[in-house]
Amino acid sequence: MSRDESKLLYAESHEWVDLAEENGKTVGTIGLSGFALEQLNDLVYMELPELGRELTAGEEFGEVESVKAVSPLYSPVSGKVIAVHDDLPESLEKLNDDPYDFGWILKVEVSQANSVDALLDHAAYQKQCAEAG
Amino acid sequence: MTTKLAKTPLDAWHRANGGKMVPFAGYEMPVQYESIVSEHQACRNAAALFDVSHMGRLRFDGDGSEHFLDHILTRKVSDLPLGGVRYGLICKEDGGILDDVLVSNLETPSQRRFHLMVVNASNRDKIIKWLTPILDDFPTVTMSDRTELTAMIAVQGPAAMEACKRLFSFDPLRLKYYRAVITDQFAKPAIVSRTGYTGEDGLELIVRAEEANRIWENLLLAGRNHGFIAAGLGARDTLRLEAAMPLYGHELNESTDPLSAGLKFACNLKDRSFIGSEALVKIAEAGPSTVRIGLKPDGKRPAREGCPVLDSKGQRIGEVTSGGPSPTLGYPIAMAYVDRARADDSEFKIDIRGKLVDAKPTKLPFYKRPKS
Repeated sequence: MSRDESKLLYAESHEWVDLAEENGKTVGTIGLSGFALEQLNDLVYMELPELGRELTAGEEFGEVESVKAVSPLYSPVSGKVIAVHDDLPESLEKLNDDPYDFGWILKVEVSQANSVDALLDHAAYQKQCAEAG
Repeated sequence: MTTKLAKTPLDAWHRANGGKMVPFAGYEMPVQYESIVSEHQACRNAAALFDVSHMGRLRFDGDGSEHFLDHILTRKVSDLPLGGVRYGLICKEDGGILDDVLVSNLETPSQRRFHLMVVNASNRDKIIKWLTPILDDFPTVTMSDRTELTAMIAVQGPAAMEACKRLFSFDPLRLKYYRAVITDQFAKPAIVSRTGYTGEDGLELIVRAEEANRIWENLLLAGRNHGFIAAGLGARDTLRLEAAMPLYGHELNESTDPLSAGLKFACNLKDRSFIGSEALVKIAEAGPSTVRIGLKPDGKRPAREGCPVLDSKGQRIGEVTSGGPSPTLGYPIAMAYVDRARADDSEFKIDIRGKLVDAKPTKLPFYKRPKS
């Protein structure tokens, strides 16, 4: 299955989230956009959150590090971390080629109180990227 | 406050060739084109071309310019032979470092002698301000800022010298390490020196600004079959870190003295008097307070500038000044200042944003080019 990037929601800080219903619960799969990965280039390190951690939308859950700089990763949604992509930090070189499928970073069981009002759809996110140059 | 950023004579080339431009020391400079890692590797394995036109170029003319330079530098310049290049520091009275510079003793084709000083881009204005009143005591010496009239290009890597051969009427291999010459090779005079900031063999060229693009293109053409590519400031930084070369603003600043920075080789203290010499003699007698060491943190996470360095018991004994992944070695490396008494410890810890990581001391430089 290949994830369609045009159907995802995006945070201004470049994380994408794919919201899906699983067993009556909303699960958000989170990754980093292809645009952001291209800007970062040459990734060397990624720090993932612990399973079970409760995240609030906008909260820092980890960081990704390129040769030149450290960038924090922010959760686009509120909820509990139910899965992390453990293989990812050892395979960062694959991330650039496949940011939306192989590149998932974590899954969150989205809390009831969560709101996606602050997130951007694909068109709005693309506009933001175009303006950032 | 917004200040308009300056552009180097090669600005249009960078933009047309994918250069990712960032503000650096008042200039818009390419941090990378394709990728820092591939540009780094090209320099280690073949050769890379760097636009370093942002570096300041100050020319000193007139009788006694060598005595003026002796007065402001930690290294002696008056015994520098014609064509010689010397690394030295400009210090304040208290020994704090104002800048680290290269000074060349040169002669124009019309046999006018002068000295050229290459200063850090970020320090150019400061150094001009520092030197101007001192020059009042040397009325025969004049200083002129040549930075905007010229461009500076570095060609660095194992293939650099061979590929450059056909561009020069002389064999660049005859130019010894840390020697410079003025050549009229490019129809206009150019200064060619066998110097660099990457740990590789290579040349640095100072050319007229209007000639920069033609020479840059010629260099790329000459290196086409040797794997030459253009490299940005990102690769320049990872290369100099592997070579353990200090960088002003990181290893060096006004509250660090050259001896604590591990630059004793760049201080001629015996029987000399220069600005800062009295303070440096005292520091040399007492022993410097810190030592610059190399560290290899465990794991993949790089330690960055500002990360505290602790001893094995967790007591803070220093700080990382530069750190990052080493593309050549495949693991993270860091330079740090630690208390002199602890410099020979066999185990350290680095506090990387709240997490303590074990680190082993490692000999500087991290990378040394194979002997050819």
